Amino acid sequence: MDELVIARSMFGITMGFHIIFATLGVGIPLMILVAEIMFQRTNDLDYSVMAKRWTKAFAVLLGVGIPTGTIAGVQLSLLWPGFMEVIGRVMALPFQIEIYAFFVEALFMSIYVYAASRIAPWMRIVSLVLVAIGGLASAVLITNVHAFEGTPAGFEIINGQITNVDPWKAFFNPSFFVTAGHVALSAYVVGSFTIATVSAFKMLRSSFGSRIYAFHRKSLMICLLVGGVFAFLTAINGHESAQKLHEYQPEKLAAAEGLFETQTHAPLSVGGFTDPVTQEVKWGIEIPWALSFLAGNSFDTEVIGLNDFPEEYWPPLFVHTLFNAMVGIGSLLILLSLVAYVWNKLLKKDRFPKWLMWAFVAGGPLSIMAIEFGWIFACTGRQPWTIYRILSTEDSVTTSGNLGTLFILFVSVYAILAVSVVLVLLYYFKRNPPEKDITKAEASHKDIPLST
Amino acid sequence: MTQSLIAITILWGFVFIYAVMATMDFGAGFWSMIYINHDKTKATNIANRYLSPTWEVTNTFIVALVVAVYSMFPGAAYSLGTVLLVPGSLILLLLALRSAFLVFSHVADDYRKPLTYVTGITGLLIPGLLISVLPISHGPYIDFSDGQTLHLGKLFTSPHEYAFFGFAVASTLFLSSLLLADYSKASKEFEAFKVYRRDALIIGPISVVMAFLIMFTMKNEARWIYDRMMDDLPILLVSLLGFLVAGGALFLPTNKEGMKGMPRVAVIAVTFQYVLASYVYGRAHLPYIIYPEVTIQSGFTDPNSFKAVFITYIVGFIILFPGFVYFWSLFMNDKRYLRQKSE
Ligand code: HDD
Ligand code: HEM
Ligand code: HEM
Repeated sequence: MDELVIARSMFGITMGFHIIFATLGVGIPLMILVAEIMFQRTNDLDYSVMAKRWTKAFAVLLGVGIPTGTIAGVQLSLLWPGFMEVIGRVMALPFQIEIYAFFVEALFMSIYVYAASRIAPWMRIVSLVLVAIGGLASAVLITNVHAFEGTPAGFEIINGQITNVDPWKAFFNPSFFVTAGHVALSAYVVGSFTIATVSAFKMLRSSFGSRIYAFHRKSLMICLLVGGVFAFLTAINGHESAQKLHEYQPEKLAAAEGLFETQTHAPLSVGGFTDPVTQEVKWGIEIPWALSFLAGNSFDTEVIGLNDFPEEYWPPLFVHTLFNAMVGIGSLLILLSLVAYVWNKLLKKDRFPKWLMWAFVAGGPLSIMAIEFGWIFACTGRQPWTIYRILSTEDSVTTSGNLGTLFILFVSVYAILAVSVVLVLLYYFKRNPPEKDITKAEASHKDIPLST
Repeated sequence: MTQSLIAITILWGFVFIYAVMATMDFGAGFWSMIYINHDKTKATNIANRYLSPTWEVTNTFIVALVVAVYSMFPGAAYSLGTVLLVPGSLILLLLALRSAFLVFSHVADDYRKPLTYVTGITGLLIPGLLISVLPISHGPYIDFSDGQTLHLGKLFTSPHEYAFFGFAVASTLFLSSLLLADYSKASKEFEAFKVYRRDALIIGPISVVMAFLIMFTMKNEARWIYDRMMDDLPILLVSLLGFLVAGGALFLPTNKEGMKGMPRVAVIAVTFQYVLASYVYGRAHLPYIIYPEVTIQSGFTDPNSFKAVFITYIVGFIILFPGFVYFWSLFMNDKRYLRQKSE
């Protein structure tokens, strides 16, 4: 039992750590691409400088994202051999195709970084597009495995044997598109709001109207635009995710909403904590009928409550809080971009008030927290299963034992990596402030092949 | 050929490609550490010029390898995953530190030296641990009576394990110095070329001695595979010949700039040597994945899954091949890259 808890904690921490870098690895290339395109359209050197600086940050982040991802991939077999045996037989395709996505990303990332001055401008854009596609595809494909865990398809178990395997049916399992879409869209939210955080912070630190202020302001504006659009799309798609839960994993939705009794016209509880003894959500705000409407687009929809399931199949009840936090952050981010739009375009004010600037600074960390909450909700909300109603977590875990020492070692290495990656980024960008890059770019147009 | 035989052949191909790429990669990291204070020879620059664009691609191969094992032999993946928990985790930890610090060392100039030391040293340990999978798969250190347990004490006191470890380290240094000699020649870095040619000449014989040590210890500890390998003795002898050809090629004519030897021929001959030797080893290992419990038949995946995976291999190869060629032409074959002024 204890070993199971260690295994879960160990894998959870690995994923929780990897996911920060992985998500930024999907999100930042899009922003680099946006900046490159802005540069081509406006011929404003600032955008080209942005693209260069973001690429540098991206390359450093990859230095942690790739090895931790390698750990994630191998640790799946080391910690959950029972799970991977089933996945190997039924759901190998996404892993396999993901390898090609990794290759595309790795090849063209190196080309974009180390061969930039030797390839044609259009080839730089093509390389960048391929890097972005590679990152997106790897995220979509790995998420497909996660989707399969919730909505398994494409095989049968007869007398404990896996038979009638249809790998493509498993690949296109019912929640693939919705789940993968959610991860992709939210990764773009994280990419843009994280850069917005830096830009807003730098604006607060430089004097209004200066060259540097203008530079960061341009960056903030494109980040808010892109981030706002994707935050909106993420919310719409998240609503669809919840409807999928209603259809395929009703106990997870019930736990997310703290709903115990099956009912039509079910209320939506926002905030608060689920209390299993009194079977209610304490200190939450109830919106009557809303849950039924959200789950099935009509107030008559019957939403199944936890009491319809044996208690040993209940997901942990704290997922309610995680779910609320994720949705809350998502709504806040949409609001932030809307306020920025109104302030800037409708009221035509030339600068944002301080409190709003600090809210932009908070946006990046919040979006990363939303990612963490979302994943922990999705994975722990699936408990006690690794493959819903087919394979339990207990039956997936390794029998080797002695996980304690390894756990400490892995956590220490993540700590070292976390500290050093922050120090390296700070070091590099302190050494190379934007002023320096701007002057360099203005001095030698020919250094940036895109300007031709 | 049965499906499981096709699958194990593909896997063998991946292992071989990864082994070659990884030795180059880890070795280059090590040399870049050794010569970090020899500004004159540019040996570190050459190593970094090779390493910077390639490490990511090399790393992807190890992921491809692991994925290939569990998608083609999920049954074996179960046993391998259980048995390799400790060695596998150690490899992962070292690999994580190495990759990250490699990237950091190119960004944080003032800290390049300490970071390069981490990269260099971990780069020698990793190949030694990776190759330990082979002696483990020979069976004597695994207890199958109560599930599957690896006896770490028994493994790490066994001469067989250390023969493999030493062989991996020596091969890493040998292959990488040969390749870097070739790379320096193409880059017209005379001093670096001399250094790497000398290193290859010293370490080559050591790697062959290590190979003999493996056979010697195998005779005692894993007799079954030793006997089977000996059935293919003629091929092993041809493989040895490849090594001699490589050695000879390093003494061949001096070119106009005074660079002695034809490292490209040596690289090809040594690769040939390793192909043959690992073919014999792989053949002797069949049908076992882990002796004597797991065979390629018992671990094989569902036939439908295999078909689907096999098709993606073909499609993936067709899509990726031009990318690899382009990559190669930019970093291995472009004079502007190879002969750039060293910073
Ligand atoms: C910036 C990040 C972010 C934001 C703003 C949101 N989400 Fe989310 N959500 C994720 C990031 C995320 C995620 C980390 O990507 C998850 C975890 C697992 C997954 O598939 O996506 C996720 C999972 C996830 C699930 C669970 C799917 C499952 O368990 O299979 C639901 C129902 C929602 N989300 C719904 C929403 C709604 C209604 C949002 C309204 C604003 C929302 N999410 C915003
Ligand atoms: C798509 C890829 C993923 C797969 C295939 C996957 C699979 C698994 C598996 C097999 C477990 C062990 C069983 C369990 O305790 O639930 C697990 C646990 C866990 N995973 Fe995921 N996961 C994925 C993504 C993630 C991500 C990206 C995170 C990021 C935070 C994450 C967070 C966790 C956590 C926190 C646990 C521990 C669960 C617990 O303590 O109950 N997972 N996941
Ligand atoms: C169990 C879950 C996961 C596993 C096993 C996994 C595995 C990996 C591996 C092996 C790498 C390194 C690739 C390389 O060597 O080039 C990697 C990197 C990456 N992963 Fe994860 N990953 C998981 C979850 C996720 C999720 C949920 C996302 C997206 C939100 C994601 C997105 C990425 C991205 C963008 C990279 C960056 C580098 C690249 O694509 O080469 N991963 N992951």
